[in-house]
Amino acid sequence: MDFSILQYQFMQNAILAGLCGGITCSIVGVFVVSMHLSFIGVCIAHAAFAGALLGVWLGFNPLVGALLFSLASAGIIGPMADRGELNPDTSIGIVFSLMLGLAFLFMGMMPGSRTEALNLFWGSILTVTRQDLIFLVIVTAMVIGLVVAFYKEIQAVICHRQVALAVGIPATLIFYGLLFFTGVTITASLRSIGGLLIYSLILNPAAAAYQLTYSLKRMLLIASVFGIISCWAGLATSYFLDLPSGASIVITSSIIFGLATAFSPKRKVKGWQQVQLAN
Amino acid sequence: MDNMVISIKDAVVSYREDVALQGVSLKVRKGEFIGIIGPNGAGKTTLLTVINGLGKLVQGQALVLGMPVNGRNGIKLRKRIGYVAQVESIDPRLPINVRETVMVGRYGRLGLLHRPTQTEWKNVDRVLDMVGMAGLAQRPIGHLSGGEYQRAAIARALIQQPEIFLLDEPTASIDPQAQREILSLIQLIHREYHMTTLFVTHDLRQLPSTCQRLILMKEGKIWQQGSPESMLKGEILSQLYGATVSIPAKAEVAF
Repeated sequence: MDFSILQYQFMQNAILAGLCGGITCSIVGVFVVSMHLSFIGVCIAHAAFAGALLGVWLGFNPLVGALLFSLASAGIIGPMADRGELNPDTSIGIVFSLMLGLAFLFMGMMPGSRTEALNLFWGSILTVTRQDLIFLVIVTAMVIGLVVAFYKEIQAVICHRQVALAVGIPATLIFYGLLFFTGVTITASLRSIGGLLIYSLILNPAAAAYQLTYSLKRMLLIASVFGIISCWAGLATSYFLDLPSGASIVITSSIIFGLATAFSPKRKVKGWQQVQLAN
Repeated sequence: MDNMVISIKDAVVSYREDVALQGVSLKVRKGEFIGIIGPNGAGKTTLLTVINGLGKLVQGQALVLGMPVNGRNGIKLRKRIGYVAQVESIDPRLPINVRETVMVGRYGRLGLLHRPTQTEWKNVDRVLDMVGMAGLAQRPIGHLSGGEYQRAAIARALIQQPEIFLLDEPTASIDPQAQREILSLIQLIHREYHMTTLFVTHDLRQLPSTCQRLILMKEGKIWQQGSPESMLKGEILSQLYGATVSIPAKAEVAF
């Protein structure tokens, strides 16, 4: 196999984008999976996609649109779900359908070629720009830094949110902070992975790690490794077999999830629960 | 009065159109053990949430541990109040073990950007030993039985070193043996630490014998209050619950 390709700038950028995207998406994934709020990730991903399309249509930086839309959707979903006026699934579903509608509306309004819009749809890790890469590296450093700094609060909120509130942890602030960084992470990875596919990179490595350990620290590490493997294996598949990169990354991460589930030591938990219920 | 730790005056709490508390006034002295009983929907849990600042007062005032309860100081207040709710349904795959769950109780007092020290982890181990959970310290929290989960919840409240201990139906949905053990533990804690304790239950058989005052709640109001001897009468309880109630044998109340 010829590895001389590694000396080219575009491939080095793609490898770095895969490393950062794999880590950040997986870390954010651990949060949403552990909180059983996976659909929030889908919704924010579609909001980012809609915002990016608005940017393409109106001629401003798509990542700015993606960031504004993803943060706005997180800002709408959180309070709606918290106040209990609507079932969280209902409120997320409404925002999700609105964002999907806006995405198609913006795409429909675009004059001429829609190549850039389609790139945002599918993602292209091989054509990631230096500007996008810098943004992604900054976001990765911020996400890792915040997880290290606020690990104990994050653990309390994702595992016992009501308890966290009752013991005097600023649980609501931490919860909205997690939603905020979900939005920022999705925005930063949008060009590499694509608006329709990024959600799988958030969910699959985290869900796979969730099958393998009861330790949050280990789960964050395992999910990050799975995320990086997904990105790099997907990138290699994409390059050597000439397949779409976003799709390759997502399929790789799905295979990892399938393997983790098949060999999960937690499968016996189901049997244990049945014994408990029988008693 | 210096030793008054809770002073609530004319508290009104509503959830949209439902009024959960209607002009409740209550004073609690330091170290008192109070039982709060009443049918479902009487406002017992809402009263506890007023005390720890999670319930929003529409009218009235609450002074807890010398602080007026309002939206601004809720976090500060809750660091000083232990809260144990009834057993909740929990994901058996949740990535947190018993020891870590108990340490969560300390996180509020530790504050942001401070990590637990070795001494604090040793304190967690000591408290786990006290509640009889030392052998299950490394077990995932989702793998505990209802009684074990409540022991862990009590340990979590204790590690907080609270000045007020709120217990909201802590023995609901667990088996009778575990109920007796949890009640014994709660009484032991009160004897050892003399924490101001408010114990909510709708089940008279779950009322700890160390209860010094009994508050009877009905339709969002404090309907009657007094010593357990004066309140635990068939006629009063039948009116409270709207059905004939027989007084549990002393052995059952006191276990």
